[in-house]
Amino acid sequence: CTKFASTTGRKNIEKVLIANRGEIACRVMRTARKMGVKSVAVYSDADKNSMHVAMADEAYLIGPAASQQSYLAMEKIIHVAKMSTAQAIHPGYGFLSENTEFAELCKKEGIIFIGPPSSAIRDMGIKSTSKAIMSAAGVPIIEGYHGENQSDECLKEHARRIGYPVMIKAVRGGGGKGMRIAQSEKEFLDQLESARREAKKSFNDDAVLIEKFVDNPRHVEVQVFGDQHGNAVYLFERDCSVQRRHQKIIEEAPGPGIEPEVRRKLGEAAVKAAKAVNYVGAGTVEFIMDSQHNFYFMEMNTRLQVEHPVTEMITGTDLVEWQLRVAAGEKIPLMQEEIALRGHAFEARIYAEDPNNNFMPGAGPLLHLSTPLPDSFTRIETGVRHGDEVSVHYDPMIAKLVVWAEDRQAALRKLRYSLHQYNIVGLSTNIDFLLSLSGHPQFEAGKVHTNFISQHYDELFPAKKATPNEVLCQAALGLILREKMITDAFRIQSGDKFSPFASSSGRRINISYIRNLTLLDGENNVDMTIDYNHDGSYNMQIKDKTFHVSGDISNEGNSTYLRCSVNGRVCKSKLVILDNAICLFSLEGNAQIGLPIPKYLSGASATGTQGGAIAPMTGTIEKVFVKAGDKVQAGDPLMVMIAMKMEHTIRASKAGIIKKVNYQEGTQANRHASLVELVDEDTESE
Amino acid sequence: MKALVTQLQELAEKIRLGGGEKARKLHTSRGKLLPRERIDRLIDPGSPFLEFSQFAGYQLYGNEEVPAGGIITGVARVSGVECLIVANDATVKGGTYYPITVKKHLRAQEIAMQNHLPCLYLVDSGGANLPRQAEVFPDRDHFGRIFYNQALMSSQGIPQIAVVMGSCTAGGAYVPAMADESIIVGKQGTIFLGGPPLVKAATGEEVSAEDLGGADLHCRKSGVTDHYALDDDHALHLARKVVRSLNYQKKIDVTVEPPEEPLYPADELYGIVGDQLKRTFDVKEVIARIVDGSKFDEFKALYGDTLITGFARIFGYPVGIIGNNGVLFSESAKKGTHFIQLCCQRNIPIVFLQNITGFMVGRDYEAGGIAKDGAKMVTAVACASVPKITVIIGGSYGAGNYGMCGRAYSPRFLYMWPNARISVMGGEQAATVLATVAKDQRAREGKQLSEADEAALKEPIIRRFEEEGNPYYSSARLWDDGIIDPANTRLVLGLSLSAALNAPTKRTEFGVFRM
Repeated sequence: CTKFASTTGRKNIEKVLIANRGEIACRVMRTARKMGVKSVAVYSDADKNSMHVAMADEAYLIGPAASQQSYLAMEKIIHVAKMSTAQAIHPGYGFLSENTEFAELCKKEGIIFIGPPSSAIRDMGIKSTSKAIMSAAGVPIIEGYHGENQSDECLKEHARRIGYPVMIKAVRGGGGKGMRIAQSEKEFLDQLESARREAKKSFNDDAVLIEKFVDNPRHVEVQVFGDQHGNAVYLFERDCSVQRRHQKIIEEAPGPGIEPEVRRKLGEAAVKAAKAVNYVGAGTVEFIMDSQHNFYFMEMNTRLQVEHPVTEMITGTDLVEWQLRVAAGEKIPLMQEEIALRGHAFEARIYAEDPNNNFMPGAGPLLHLSTPLPDSFTRIETGVRHGDEVSVHYDPMIAKLVVWAEDRQAALRKLRYSLHQYNIVGLSTNIDFLLSLSGHPQFEAGKVHTNFISQHYDELFPAKKATPNEVLCQAALGLILREKMITDAFRIQSGDKFSPFASSSGRRINISYIRNLTLLDGENNVDMTIDYNHDGSYNMQIKDKTFHVSGDISNEGNSTYLRCSVNGRVCKSKLVILDNAICLFSLEGNAQIGLPIPKYLSGASATGTQGGAIAPMTGTIEKVFVKAGDKVQAGDPLMVMIAMKMEHTIRASKAGIIKKVNYQEGTQANRHASLVELVDEDTESE
Repeated sequence: MKALVTQLQELAEKIRLGGGEKARKLHTSRGKLLPRERIDRLIDPGSPFLEFSQFAGYQLYGNEEVPAGGIITGVARVSGVECLIVANDATVKGGTYYPITVKKHLRAQEIAMQNHLPCLYLVDSGGANLPRQAEVFPDRDHFGRIFYNQALMSSQGIPQIAVVMGSCTAGGAYVPAMADESIIVGKQGTIFLGGPPLVKAATGEEVSAEDLGGADLHCRKSGVTDHYALDDDHALHLARKVVRSLNYQKKIDVTVEPPEEPLYPADELYGIVGDQLKRTFDVKEVIARIVDGSKFDEFKALYGDTLITGFARIFGYPVGIIGNNGVLFSESAKKGTHFIQLCCQRNIPIVFLQNITGFMVGRDYEAGGIAKDGAKMVTAVACASVPKITVIIGGSYGAGNYGMCGRAYSPRFLYMWPNARISVMGGEQAATVLATVAKDQRAREGKQLSEADEAALKEPIIRRFEEEGNPYYSSARLWDDGIIDPANTRLVLGLSLSAALNAPTKRTEFGVFRM
């Protein structure tokens, strides 16, 4: 059953294939469901238990985890579309969303590609071409060199003409890849070389362009929409200035401090840009804006963007619905005058990454995941659930938290409140960082620009202070009450339900029970003594301070809450206890307190020796240098592991003999997995 | 009474420390945990620990202090199983066995045997105390009995688990060797029949303790121990795992109900009982502060009312309670016998609240057959095979002690309140009896005993009875399982009942009741 996709006339979309995964796949499916359109998911081996597969009406396996063999495998996706008789393919963002070839292949196969015509993708995908087109259409552009001559001398000459500092960007670049800044002529050639190397690696094309580097610039982008009838509208701007590693982290709409007049000009320029390429569907025109609110065209993204929900929130639209309707040949549902801006919206991107380690991407299990309750003003766009795993194979974004309120201040307050309730255990996330970012006075004042994080680095990354004693008391109480819960559960299912031995009272005869407990605050051991009082409260002593502690725990949903009174001050926090840590989440802040790992568990084997190598994060074993029986010295490389697209060399922690190699080349190892067992030479017989 | 309890707690806190500070420092500096910490980490987090006889050895050996008798014993839950724990305290005389240590170890094993409790031995002992070997080694209830008990209990299906956390020398070597399953701490625990000095003396062979009987030797070569632990923590963790693998199931053969706290606060007992034994109190006031919801279903309330009998629950467990409200008459003895028969018939544990000066004396009573009625009650108490738990809450004198299940009647547990006194009769009576005998003798010789002479005769007897009847004197010699705070009686009884109910029910068969 083949449908012919002509550029005019109505077509019916009954079933849509989503050539994507994660939150955006779920997002598209939600709208499809709302519109009565059946959804088809495709998935890789790594995603077989993923949320988007569970949510779809149908789902098809399309290959192994590697994107090249699954989400980027055009033929396989087209095959599934035909087999499932989907009339249209929604590419989401990333993957095939801006792939000219794929758009053309869809057209050839008679499947509607939900996106702009392939010509628009191609034109906008090459930065130099896009700027030339925009310049010709009268859209303001920034000075630069977008020429064919890529010789060092020529590029350097142009850099001098434009004036330092300049930005060197890969012509086919995106997402910050192949992008370098040269502050002066002295460092130009080094930065050029570096940009080319990365461009070559990422895009197989080392052509670069050079443009004026705008200091403290803002990243402002306009949502546009075109249809097959030649109409185009704008849905106002978003400010996405605050970035780390040249990637967006927090977005808002409308842009703070932007006058209606500027807004209108921005919108009109964006529409002009869209019309210049006969744009159809959802697109984003990115501008760079200086402190005087002059703006220049940067590039056009020919897809639905990650941050589209903030626009939806302030305009009351469903852009995926618009995409589906426009793809089916309908006109844009609203005329420009009908699109009103109301209130203010924020989006915070929650990533599996470590802000304290240069935002190093991470992966791993979501041992605990609880979110604020979604409502019409709070959206949680996510593709993972409690217990799922953030895979090493794909983007480490866990969720987008989107909030809306009448004005910016209220929306920001809501954002922070909701972030406090977004609690994740199992891997490092940027939630705490988002909290300090959104709480920064300059951010509150709307003084955002792309260097925001580096400029305010010290305030955003305050030195870690010792956990307050009160919080340590809470953690200790949480631990004790959890033990009590386990004992109670055992008690209830035993035949001897009321034995006082199961009372968890710790009672002793004639003497009081004083329990020694050691907690880990960062690297430091904190020794506590805990007196079990007969009334069920505790006296906890840390160094020379004593605290009177009592409380209880309760379960709500999949979360456990600890209500704890320390010297009469009561607070409530979410409690998550893992094998080696106690996590407390409250509106006042979060704390993670470690439990020392007993000696017998810290070794890879319990036969009197310990050692070996542990995977620092989940990844794939690239190379193995040793085999069982090899003698190694401390520091010798044992393995190379690829995790999050970076190489990690695993080295021997001490001299010894390799007892066992647990992973072979090409296999995948989980975080903290024991890679190699290493024994002392003299105990080798063990 | 409050003062007595404060004194009890202060003394117990001192005993908790074990050996002197120097000995404790030396112990911990070797990476070893103190015995109480070992127990804390062995048992389930938050599990109560029903410790026995803290005052064993108290002021027993003159200047030599042996806190807790150098050995800590008690019942607690390990991996959900109620276990009997015996832990040597190496900070007390190197953990060597004094006579009282042996007695306490054997008593703990007796408790395990009677109540069918798996045994965990945390061994860290230098073996028999050599200067006292004669009081430790040869007799039936001496050192050897420990291993006899291990063998017997193992044969009865009561698990025997040893954790070697220090020395296990000579006879002590048999504790792990006789155990069903044993754990040893590497580079810390040693087991040998003869230590390096003895080996050198015997054969001239020079060998280190570790090579002679360390964990490596016993786990790899000799097979004396089964599990190799890296440290104390690890050993205790392994012990918990061993218990988990026992496949032990507590099957209680009584009905249980959700417990209720008594309506009256327990610390009112201090005022009700007081510390003067001559002051009488109503045992029902005590019962009201011990049993669930202060609910007591009295049996034969109007008959033989110097003995109070009735049913109640403690922590949901059913109990029959027998308490004293004065001397025992024939009626009271017969009522007690009847009530014990009921409890045995219904498989209900019996709690004796002992405060008894004895059976009534006098011509009428002898003529009324009080001896045979008393004998009925003693027979019933002796033969009753339901769990019996005795608390001496006041005086324990004469045949009253027998009828109310004194130590000789093998109650599963016997505790004393700090105000209690125990002796064949009261000091005053004993002194009077002896004075009367002396007077009669003098009279036969035609002499008279002056008042001053009589007082001089009586005074040391009264003093001696007072000293020897004191609960600390009793507890030091293990005539009981510990002195307890009256306010904790309910908890101690609850824990004891819970422990006692591990044993399979045995049907009672009474002997001949003299009618």
